[in-house]
Order: sequence, then structure tokens, then C-alpha cells
Amino acid sequence: MTEVDVRPGTTGGPRPEPGRPARDGDRRRGWRGRLPATDGNRRGRLLVVGLGVALVVVGLVAAGRGQVQISPAEVLGSVLHRLGLEVGSLPAAPQGENALWIVRFPRVLLAAVVGAALGCAGAVMQGVFGNPLAEPGVIGVSAGAAVGAALALVTGVTVLGAWTVPAAAFAGGLATTYLVYLLSRSGGRTEVVTLVLTGVAVNAVAGAAIGLLMFVADESGVQAIAFWNLGSLAQASWSAVTLAAPCLAVGLAVALLDARRLDLLALGERSARHLGVDVERLRLRMIVVTALLGAAAVAFTGIISFVGLVVPHLVRMVAGPGHRVLLPASALGGAIVVVVADLAARTLVEHQELPLGVLTAVVGGPAFFWLLRRTRDRAGGWR
Amino acid sequence: MSRAGSGRRLRLLGRRPATRASAPAPPGTTRIEVTGLRVERSGRPVLDGVDLRVRSGEVHALVGPNGAGKSTLLAAVSGDLPVAAGTIEVDGRPQGEWSAVELAMRRAVLTQRSTLSFPFTVAEVVRMGRAPWAGRPEEAQDDTVVAETMDRCDIARFADRPYPSLSGGEQARAALARVLAQRAAVLLLDEPTAALDLHHQELVMRIARDRATAGDAVVVVLHDLALAGAYADLVTLLGDGRVRAAGPPATVLTAPLLSEVYRHDIEVVPHPRTHLPLVVPRRERHHPDRPDPRDPFDNREPSDRRDGHPGTVPPADPLATLEKT
Repeated sequence: MTEVDVRPGTTGGPRPEPGRPARDGDRRRGWRGRLPATDGNRRGRLLVVGLGVALVVVGLVAAGRGQVQISPAEVLGSVLHRLGLEVGSLPAAPQGENALWIVRFPRVLLAAVVGAALGCAGAVMQGVFGNPLAEPGVIGVSAGAAVGAALALVTGVTVLGAWTVPAAAFAGGLATTYLVYLLSRSGGRTEVVTLVLTGVAVNAVAGAAIGLLMFVADESGVQAIAFWNLGSLAQASWSAVTLAAPCLAVGLAVALLDARRLDLLALGERSARHLGVDVERLRLRMIVVTALLGAAAVAFTGIISFVGLVVPHLVRMVAGPGHRVLLPASALGGAIVVVVADLAARTLVEHQELPLGVLTAVVGGPAFFWLLRRTRDRAGGWR
Repeated sequence: MSRAGSGRRLRLLGRRPATRASAPAPPGTTRIEVTGLRVERSGRPVLDGVDLRVRSGEVHALVGPNGAGKSTLLAAVSGDLPVAAGTIEVDGRPQGEWSAVELAMRRAVLTQRSTLSFPFTVAEVVRMGRAPWAGRPEEAQDDTVVAETMDRCDIARFADRPYPSLSGGEQARAALARVLAQRAAVLLLDEPTAALDLHHQELVMRIARDRATAGDAVVVVLHDLALAGAYADLVTLLGDGRVRAAGPPATVLTAPLLSEVYRHDIEVVPHPRTHLPLVVPRRERHHPDRPDPRDPFDNREPSDRRDGHPGTVPPADPLATLEKT
């Protein structure tokens, strides 16, 4: 930090006078010379770039792991060759190309899309609720979306073609988010207890609805629904990627446009309005965004919980709570987490696949508990 | 960037005319005019028939006992409450006709409690005050305004600290800095001095005074009537949701009126040097060694002294009394 001359004649404030011992404030005056938030910004940019690079590396590694082993360099070579660049070497293993392009890439990409949607949805929800414990899985939005998707599967409706299941998941997610929002707010803010208990209630009802659907469904329907309750990427396909990715892109883009307004919402609804935010509209927009992201995350993979809770929290610890960094960083971080978790799910036990949702819950549950305790201690009790 | 983008979008869609910024006005221009305001809470009026004129260049204090409707009036003027009857005009147009951003360019509001859901730094919080100007030419001044305001509110040394880690008084000053950084022509401050020590109370009121001198209109809710007497050009005294008196401090801060509205015997005495009004509740000197004439349970005779001394009583040393108990 460089010392910068205090311009004479500007407004008051303590100035270093002769004879007065230097105070902490004098040293800090140097911040005048630079953009006050530069540190945070630079850190944020570094974090986003770093997470982006990490995601690519993790993706290349994950795509090479499995029954047919392919080195990351060969995975990269394969991608470059498809892009028309004759660089690097192609997979040496027999069936390597097919394993990559038919099975692994759609799976890794879907994992990234789902993780990004979850991370971003968590960050958006926490901003809108003004509460670091809001998350699609915790408050029941994922469950609501799963009910919608299951309903579409069981009834066999295909009005919208391939888009039917995501659309039903979106509708279910939208209805649930709005419901939770209405039920858990009082006096312009959401209390932790109310939010979590509302989530309990919504999850219970959604669980019952899914159970009922399984009861009426036929054999294949039961199987399809069962995998939602566990969360799995086993059914990943290119079509799933092409359906989920646009939902993520639109949701993330709208959320990023509102990033600064989400920051202001941290001051409370009244103060945000005084600063020119149309709070009602912002809130509605963000509920739609959350439902869209929830649909992208749930429609093809089922409920993967706690990613949206833990990732934004970690990002805040590194880069602060500003949403312009928080949103993209949470999306990238969520993508990394789910890609790694899925890699673990399919390679930890040989010839077997652990349910992904189980894996994230094993890690996420204790993290949620820790966050809960911390929030309570900070607030000096349940409020 | 987000606001700029959305502004362009809206304009391209032709949904809203371009945002209109506030024009500077000479002192004495009416910025906000409230006429016959009635605000109800669950059917009962909490404000009724209230008139208020907020003019540039003036510090206007709202005073009155608890529950008189000061904060409600300020919230209504800020546009937070539904109006049951009467009108609120901002820069000559009904309040509801301005968009949220346009209002934010005209008036800044300091609410009583400033909470923050996430641990933004103090500099970030103050910078939030610049939000209405994003995507406009005024945005270029963001850095200077934020720096100046933090200096002015004596919080520059906390710039990089998380807002929640500050003490109550420091948070109050940071919140004030955010409101000042908005650079709106009207400042609505709800008890800005409540959490502050003496030095910072005076600092805040001097800031309010300076902003008025610079041409802004300042409305400030105060509990300390002496502060109102010292710094305000106009005082509006509220009682039970109505305006009991309005005018220069000398005409409003009078002992009979205050005693009636506050339901307490109140004295107004001029400061011996400055002649500014000092408003104090009537207090008899309480002496532990003498019977209190107002206390029906104090049956001691005047000579009933613990040391048996009948003569003149030396002034009690409060510290000594404390040590005894």
C-alpha cells in the first residue's frame, strides 16, 4: 500500500497533526489512492479464473477415469482433434474414443452443468432470503422439482417432447420456491428457524408425493423415480446436456445482471428500495431463476443436496460476499464439486456405482450442521 | 453494470421513459410536500392530517414522544408505507409516479436499525450508496465520493473491516456514510444520533447542518430536544399522530407545550453563553439525607439525619454514596 498525500481543503476527518502520535487511521489513509474494493476484485477475478482452470483440469482427469483408462493428455488430444486441431495424441486404449464421446463426456459435462446450477441457485437463494442457510435441497425446491419431473414420467405426458421432463421440473420447482418464500417470510426477512422448518414441511410433503407416485407407477416408473431420491448421473446423455445447459445459461445470465441488486438486498428490503431497487420485481425474477436452475439440476439427475449450501459459503470466505464474484465462482465451484463427487461415486467401488446424492449428503450434512451452529452463535441465539 | 444493462433493456423495450435525475435547486425550494397525510395500521390511524414541507437548505427536525408517529412519518415520506389519505409530492410530482431509481436519486434514507445479511466490508457498504448512479455520468465520482464520505463520518480507518465486526456506534456512522454517499438532494434520517457518543452526535448533526448549507434538504428524527434546538431551522412536534406545532425552534420548544405533549414537567432554559435552548425535565435535587417532599413513603423528619447533625448539609458526593452501597 502506498502512502498518498491527503489533499488539503477536502472535507474533515482526522488529520495527522504535529505532536499527535500516529493512529491506526493515519496509516490506513493510503487506501484513498486506490479503488477501495480493488483487493476484493482482484482476489475475486483470480478466484474465478483459478476455478475455471481447475474445472477444466478436473474435467479432463474425470473423463479419463473408469473401466477404460485414458490419460488426461489423451483426453485433451481427443477433444482437440474433434475441434479440427491435429495436436496431441489420441487415446491409445481400444474403444477409447467411443468411451469418451458416448459415455464419459456427456456425463462429465452434465455433472458440471448440474453442479454449476446448484452452486449458483444456492448463492441466489441465500441472497434473496438474506440467509446463508437457504439452499435448493434444504428448503425443498429440489424435492418440488423432482415431484414435477416424476409426475411427467409417471403420467407419460410428452406434450413438450424432450422438454417435458425439464419443464415439469421447472414448474414444480417454481411452485415450491414461491410457496416457501410466502410461508417463511415475516416482516421483510426470513428467520432461520422458520426457513428450515418450512423446508422440513415442504420436503415431507414432496417426499409423500413422490412415494404416492411410486405407488401408482409401473415397474419402469418406480425405477426412474427411485434414482431421483438418491441422485445419480448414470443416465447422462448428450440430449440431457443440451436440455440442461440452456437452463443454466439463462439462469446464470439473469442472475449476473442482477448481481449488484442482490448485494443491496443484504441491507434489507427497505434500504434496498431506498437505493432504487424494485424489490418486488427482483424477488420474482430471482424466484424464476432459482426454479430454472433447480430444474436444470434436478430434471436428469435427481436430488443432489448440500452443494448449493457449502460452495457459496466457501467462496464467501475467500472472496467476500459480493455477488458479482460469488455467482460465477459458486457456479464453477459447484461444477468442480459435482464432477469430483461423480468421479468418486463411479470409481470408489469397482464395477459398482455409489449413488451421487448419498455421497454429497455424507459430506454436506455435517457441513450444514456446522454452518447452522455458526449462524446461531453469530446471531446470539435462534433468530 | 447490471443496472446499466437493465436500463438499456427497458428503454429498448420502450417500457419506461429514460430515468430523470434530480436538478439542483436554489435554497428554499420545496423538495417534498406532504398534505393531509393519514397512515393506518390495522385500521387505526397512526398519523392523521399531517402536513410537512421539506425545503432545500433547511434542517427540519421531527420530535415528539415515543409512539407519536415520527418514524412512521419518515417512512411514509420515504415511500415505504401505503397512504390512507392525503398526498406526498416529491419535486412537484406524486411520489408514486417516480420509479424506485428516480426516487433514490432524490432522497436518501437512514433507517433506525441497519442490519446486514452478509459480511461486506465497510467500504463496500458505503459504496452501495452509489447504486442509484450506476451507468450514469455521476458514476465517475464514485471513488471520490466514497472516500470523502468515509473521512467525513470518521470511519475511514475501518474501510477494509467487515461491517458486522464494528461496534454499534461505528456501524451507525458507516450506515450514515452510505446514505450520504448517495448524494441525494433530500436526506431523511431516523434517529441518526441514537447509538452515538457525545462527540459523534455533534459530528453527525454538524454534517446534517453542512449538507443543508450546501443546498440539501435534511429531515431528522431526534429524541434530544437540545440537539433539535441547536441544529434545526424548523421543528415539527408530533403527538399522538398529529402535528402539535411546527416552526422555528424558539416557537416550538416552549416549556408549556412540551410539558403537555410529553406529559412531563419540562423546563426550557437558555444556555448562559450561546442562548440556545436547553430542554430538561424538571428534576428536584435528590438528596439521600433529606426527605423527598414528592415521595409519599418518605416519612422522615427533616432533621432525621443518619449522623445526627442538624446543621447545613454539605453537597452529597455521589461517588461516596456509590461506594457505600
